[in-house]
Amino acid sequence: MNGVHDMGGLQDMGPVQYEKNEPVFHAAWEGRIYGIDRALRSIGKWNLDAWRHQIELLPPAEYFRLTYYERWLEINGQLAVKHGLVTQRELATGAPDPGSAKAAPAFTAAVAAERLGRGIPSSHDPTVPPQFKVGERVRARNLNPTGHTRLPRYVRGKAGIVTIDHGVYVFPDTHAHFQGEKRQHVYSVRFTARELWGADSSARDAVQLDLVHVDLWDDYLEHA
Amino acid sequence: MAHGQEHEHAHQAVPSDPALRVKALESLLVEKGLVDPAALDVLVDRFENKVGPRDGARVVARAWVDPDYKRRLLADAPSAMAELGYTGGQGEHMLVMENGPKVHNLVVCTLCSCYPWAVLGLPPVWYKSAAYRSRAVIDPRGILREFGTQVGEDVEVHVWDSTAELRYIVLPERPPGTENLSEAELAALVTRDAMVGVAKVPGPAEKAAGEKA
Repeated sequence: MNGVHDMGGLQDMGPVQYEKNEPVFHAAWEGRIYGIDRALRSIGKWNLDAWRHQIELLPPAEYFRLTYYERWLEINGQLAVKHGLVTQRELATGAPDPGSAKAAPAFTAAVAAERLGRGIPSSHDPTVPPQFKVGERVRARNLNPTGHTRLPRYVRGKAGIVTIDHGVYVFPDTHAHFQGEKRQHVYSVRFTARELWGADSSARDAVQLDLVHVDLWDDYLEHA
Repeated sequence: MAHGQEHEHAHQAVPSDPALRVKALESLLVEKGLVDPAALDVLVDRFENKVGPRDGARVVARAWVDPDYKRRLLADAPSAMAELGYTGGQGEHMLVMENGPKVHNLVVCTLCSCYPWAVLGLPPVWYKSAAYRSRAVIDPRGILREFGTQVGEDVEVHVWDSTAELRYIVLPERPPGTENLSEAELAALVTRDAMVGVAKVPGPAEKAAGEKA
């Protein structure tokens, strides 16, 4: 969806606010919601793409008003209700409904420690052929889906060169909506700054030299 | 949207302060047996005390002193990082981009906040900010100037937008005047900002001056 989260190329968002010696969490609650988020996601009712989409669905003014971890707090409550882990009433009162079932948490300290030490397996899958080759000129398709997508607006319709075939990954546009993994290749596509932002770049020095690399799925691309 | 508003109005019992709301959410989830508070402790401890830019710095320093390691790192970063014990989440599909006299790399996530947790820990607020996410791709040199980073007009700036599950880290240039430093001393010079690409690694003299300021 063409939401405010898709920020590449927006202007007038102000200078970058830099905090020296920034703590990992600015308050204890930020760490707790970080942990709650990981624990709830591990239950497996929603995947990372659905999670990202839930953040994108925050009303635009809310998206900007909330801090990063406040967004996590909002969407974890929303996802837990949406996927039946808690009721709206429980979320509102902070107490379990009378007679509600009590589970045994699967994401224990031991599981957390073990999972943190390993990643998800690599994405080599010879059964899914690539649609594009390294060195090939491609164009990002002009798509405007109303659901989740990882095709940023600033590359749509622009031509670039495939520089890396990263292998096979699940397709966020379907996966976020529980419509299947639709596994396909992801490529690093190199765009010139001139292609993305135009040749008339008086405000941007050395634009001819600058390059932007974007990771794009097969379904986002066409031959150019 | 209507759903969100209802949600706000319905919340008479749970206060609006995020600290209190998180506390209420955690206690609800614990009571329902959905969350184990000890697991949350493990996660917080990991990112507050165990994983962070010092890990990435060790990788960089090793690459500076060991050309074979650097070759492996650039060819297959997850395996090379695993050699040093870094195998955690958000580092599975890592790529390392090398800076040089004519190339400067910069990492961003314009769509959210993707970041190489496994070797840099959790991202700083500025990396997740609208200001950085919006401008890194259209005005990378403006961003670099704001960070006080000098990049010549004859240098190619490469911006890496983390739109998929690949995670990028910059291998900065080794600063001059560090020929006699040990690997550990080199690692101590490497900053998080240099591995994101908004800064260069300061030489020993600059670092000492910066610390006094």
